[in-house]
Amino acid sequence: MTRRTVARALVYLSLVLATLVVFLPLAVVFLTSLKTSGEMADDSGALTLPDDPLNFSNYVTAFQDGRMLSAFGNTAIILVFAIGGTILIGSMTAYAIDRFRFRFRKLVLALFLVAALVPGVTTQVATFQIVNSVGMFDSLWAPIALYMGTDIVSIYIFLQFVRSIPVSLDESARLDGANAFTVYRKIIFPLLKPAIATVVIVKGINVYNDFYIPFLYMPSEDLGVISTSLFRFKGPFGAHWETISAGAILVIAPTLVVFLLLQRFIYNGFTRGATK
Amino acid sequence: MAHPTRRWRGVTPWLFLLAPLVLLITFTYAPIVNMVAYSFTDWDGVSPGLHYTGAENYAELFTRSELFEVFFVSGYYLAASVVQIAAALYFATVLSFNVRFRNFFKGVLFFPYLINGVAIGFVFLYFFQDGGTLDAILGLVGYDGDRAWLGTPISANVSLAGVSVWRYMGLNFVLFLGAIQSIPGELYEAAEIDGANRWQQFRHIIAPGIRPVLSLSVILSVSGSLSVFEIPYIMTGGATGTETFVIQTVKLAFQFNKTGLASAAAVVLLLIILAVTWVQRRLVPDDKVDLV
Repeated sequence: MTRRTVARALVYLSLVLATLVVFLPLAVVFLTSLKTSGEMADDSGALTLPDDPLNFSNYVTAFQDGRMLSAFGNTAIILVFAIGGTILIGSMTAYAIDRFRFRFRKLVLALFLVAALVPGVTTQVATFQIVNSVGMFDSLWAPIALYMGTDIVSIYIFLQFVRSIPVSLDESARLDGANAFTVYRKIIFPLLKPAIATVVIVKGINVYNDFYIPFLYMPSEDLGVISTSLFRFKGPFGAHWETISAGAILVIAPTLVVFLLLQRFIYNGFTRGATK
Repeated sequence: MAHPTRRWRGVTPWLFLLAPLVLLITFTYAPIVNMVAYSFTDWDGVSPGLHYTGAENYAELFTRSELFEVFFVSGYYLAASVVQIAAALYFATVLSFNVRFRNFFKGVLFFPYLINGVAIGFVFLYFFQDGGTLDAILGLVGYDGDRAWLGTPISANVSLAGVSVWRYMGLNFVLFLGAIQSIPGELYEAAEIDGANRWQQFRHIIAPGIRPVLSLSVILSVSGSLSVFEIPYIMTGGATGTETFVIQTVKLAFQFNKTGLASAAAVVLLLIILAVTWVQRRLVPDDKVDLV
């Protein structure tokens, strides 16, 4: 009995420790974001509380001088187009591959399957030349096209869902005179809602967090997304940790809100996205 | 009359596949083909003609030790991913049993995975700073004295690999937890009746149940360790011996205009990752691949 109690206590201890490990680095940055540059200079230590817990002036600086507003705007545009495109591409591919028998079907499927094995980081040296030659370099179209054109995982997810929709639904619509496009639009697409929700969440978080692609393809300051704009804090705010901290918190806060609101969908989405 | 409709039948799937295939070929296959072609040239990324140089780039890659040394940095991340998987397994097992505040702990452990990489980089730059979070915490426990955690290669790489564990452990954890929870509850009850303790339950019920997800996590860790970019690039820019293979490739291609050499490096990395995936598929046959 006592052994069980000790074991239980140790389990809780490990969980509390893990919670501290996750929270402390974030909490300290949050505290720092509320301090003034004077407080930062007097070397009172990282763990001290800010004098004025409602001092949001660093956030104002981050928003204005750090151009975070236009960064959120650019990220939002990319999110809308990339996610919309991914849903269309993924559902169309899945519909064509699952519902039609045609020549080279296996080859097409193999092309998509093999592409999933190629990690995007490795091919950017050459992808860059292609993006450049079609004139998309340094425009919002580069990340949009890359996000929607290279997402094989979403195609997998849609493929699995389309297969679970009974073919008899298509057939009865066909008998009523519907053509392939009507079947896709009126029958398949509306039934894909759970898959769409998964793709929106997983894709949304990945695009919001991505640094590599916007960093390579959109060097202009006007085209900063949240990752690249935050990264640029490193230069002008060099030693101003209170401003950098405010920028970091600005970027993390929306993620936290979305996570708290959509927890269950997020767990399911990432489990489904990673295992397939 | 039947003829034209049948011909249309044959065309319809291609209408749906047109855009996806164009994107797939333009942004996945064309780059691979080009990359292999560039890797045999000394192209700088701008000049109009390609100058064929044979396997020179590959020879340079394997003989200039400083180009190859970056692979040793992957070792730190590989070691870290062992820690990461072990911790994820532990927490997933613990939280699959009845624990108070289970959802809270689950959320806390998973949340870092969702955070923006640049924000994580800054959070931990401050964490490891002279007089930053870590020094302040150590000061509380009595270890005084500032340390430059990112100042020497070993310390810097260990610190960065630690950040990587902090960031990615949550995904492994949630995958393991999902796999454990899909094991039917009666199995535990039966085991409990037979007098099995927690460790025996883990060994004989949980471990076999999570084998597929475990093997997936291992493969993701290996290819992840080889292609680390964000954390070291954001935090140190590859200074003090923290340069990884991908950072080096990006620098070769986009700072030093050595597109040919960078392509050869990328081809090598791609081949290694494909080989690792192939080995994993052979060792752990995945019976769920039935998409055809």
